[in-house]
Amino acid sequence: MTTAPAQAGWRFRQPSVIPGFGLMLGFSLAYLTLIILIPLSGLVWRSAALGWADFWAIVIDRRTINALGISFGAAFAAAVVNVVFGTIVAWVLVRYRFPGRRIADAMVDLPFALPTAVAGIALTTLYAPNGWIGKLLMPLGIKVAYTPLGIVIALVFIGLPFVVRTVQPIMEEIDKEVEEVAATLGASRFQIITRILFPGLAPAIITGFALAFARGVGEYGSVIFIAGNLPYKSEIAPLLIVIRLEEYNYPAATAIATIMLALSFVMLLVVNLVQSWSRKRYG
Amino acid sequence: MADPEIKSYEPYHESLSAAVTESRPVRAALMIVAFAFLGVFLLLPLIVVFNEAFAKGIGTYTEALASPDTRSAIRLTLLVAAISVPLNIVFGISAAWAIAKFEFTGKAFLTTLIDLPFSVSPVISGLVYVLLFGAQGLLGAWLKAHGIVILFAVPGIVLATIFVTFPFVARELIPLMQEQGNGDEEAALSLGANGSQTFWYVTLPNVKWGLLYGVLLCNARAMGEFGAVSVVSGHIRGLTNTMPLHVEILYNEYNAVAAFAVASLLAGLALVTLVLKTLLEMRYGAEIAAVRGH
Repeated sequence: MTTAPAQAGWRFRQPSVIPGFGLMLGFSLAYLTLIILIPLSGLVWRSAALGWADFWAIVIDRRTINALGISFGAAFAAAVVNVVFGTIVAWVLVRYRFPGRRIADAMVDLPFALPTAVAGIALTTLYAPNGWIGKLLMPLGIKVAYTPLGIVIALVFIGLPFVVRTVQPIMEEIDKEVEEVAATLGASRFQIITRILFPGLAPAIITGFALAFARGVGEYGSVIFIAGNLPYKSEIAPLLIVIRLEEYNYPAATAIATIMLALSFVMLLVVNLVQSWSRKRYG
Repeated sequence: MADPEIKSYEPYHESLSAAVTESRPVRAALMIVAFAFLGVFLLLPLIVVFNEAFAKGIGTYTEALASPDTRSAIRLTLLVAAISVPLNIVFGISAAWAIAKFEFTGKAFLTTLIDLPFSVSPVISGLVYVLLFGAQGLLGAWLKAHGIVILFAVPGIVLATIFVTFPFVARELIPLMQEQGNGDEEAALSLGANGSQTFWYVTLPNVKWGLLYGVLLCNARAMGEFGAVSVVSGHIRGLTNTMPLHVEILYNEYNAVAAFAVASLLAGLALVTLVLKTLLEMRYGAEIAAVRGH
């Protein structure tokens, strides 16, 4: 099957002397199908079995809409914060030399390595009214823990490395000569940043934004501790799925999960379009 | 660290350097912003974990870790990682072999599918197994009739963990093996090595550091996964509680010291992972393809 040409000139795979194609691809496909594809299609199948009317009734339920709005809204806000500060962090790490740069650079990956539940309880303790940061914000009338703001804080933590690690390699590739040429031609630093550096970095920044946003929408572990989890106010969509599951309300859990997946995919699609547009626009 | 680049950032001509790098106050301001951000968002949470864990002294700390429930959580976490990580290594190697060493139709699509678990919420990763194996699930009745328990037991936890850690090894090895090309393998084969000799003596040594890098990240996630495991575990103390789930239970019982004691072990794991990862990047950067961008 692996080499049978379906029509003259077309082959499923190009000839190669390297052995093991059938075995390796066969195992990979079987594993992928069993672990990922069958379970995920089970979700879509269960959702389709609901029927359009039932599905829609669950989706436009006020609690569902609010939870989706909070998840997407907080993830958006956190991704915006991360784009601003993540780009600054990446710039400082790439362009400036200072003692401890290696450590600061390694630290950026902490959110990838630290289990989300640990991040969740640590952030909650920090931002609780009696916590180190919460205590400072209290006199200013800012409450973070157990409010939607807490969700944003947790998602900023989770999303930071996505922006930094996407933007950083592109910054490292920037040819300093381009900046020097622009400078000799009389451009100011501000002009160089806005006209030369930023357009080159824009696709990476957008990608980093999208990755941080997508991760934030689905995030659960770090958020549930700090959010307070009040229905309609600070209840995220993944938590609502868990709540519906615990109520044995499988149809509702399924429908919310499906709409979340669909929205995430649409979002990634839009981002891909924006990216290819910006690549065309700025080269 | 001696860095030859450092010279080019020093002002060598006042007016030109002003346009090639930021002015001193701007540089200072940017560095302060970056440090403050990293300090508040990354360093402080880490410090809090250890501070809270030792808040009531080292005696309470060790006592919390010695409790039977905590020890069984540690055992379960190690067991789950010991099953799911090797399985994903085998998958990662075979997928990378097929994708990097051969040209075939649908390759790009397959590569996209491998990354799919990264764009699925952990809760949904758990949910799909509940829909499949749960009492109301597609296979629920059949499993019950045959006395097979998957959900709310170790097999379900392992499956959910495999799902969320699925891409780590593969996505590390694929670009690395693509970059290395087929030359070494073709040479070995033409000199008379068979397929498995080629793999063990040529390919594997070529990718070992990249593989280790992927395994490191895979393991960190496998031991730390919360959302997916939480959905399929059933939270049975001493039986189906992994370390992250145990942290949650202790925290919700207002047993902060014990919660942070267990959390400190996981934070320690994260720190060890980061140190090893940084060492790998420093020493074998060229032999690890996707050093950035995880």
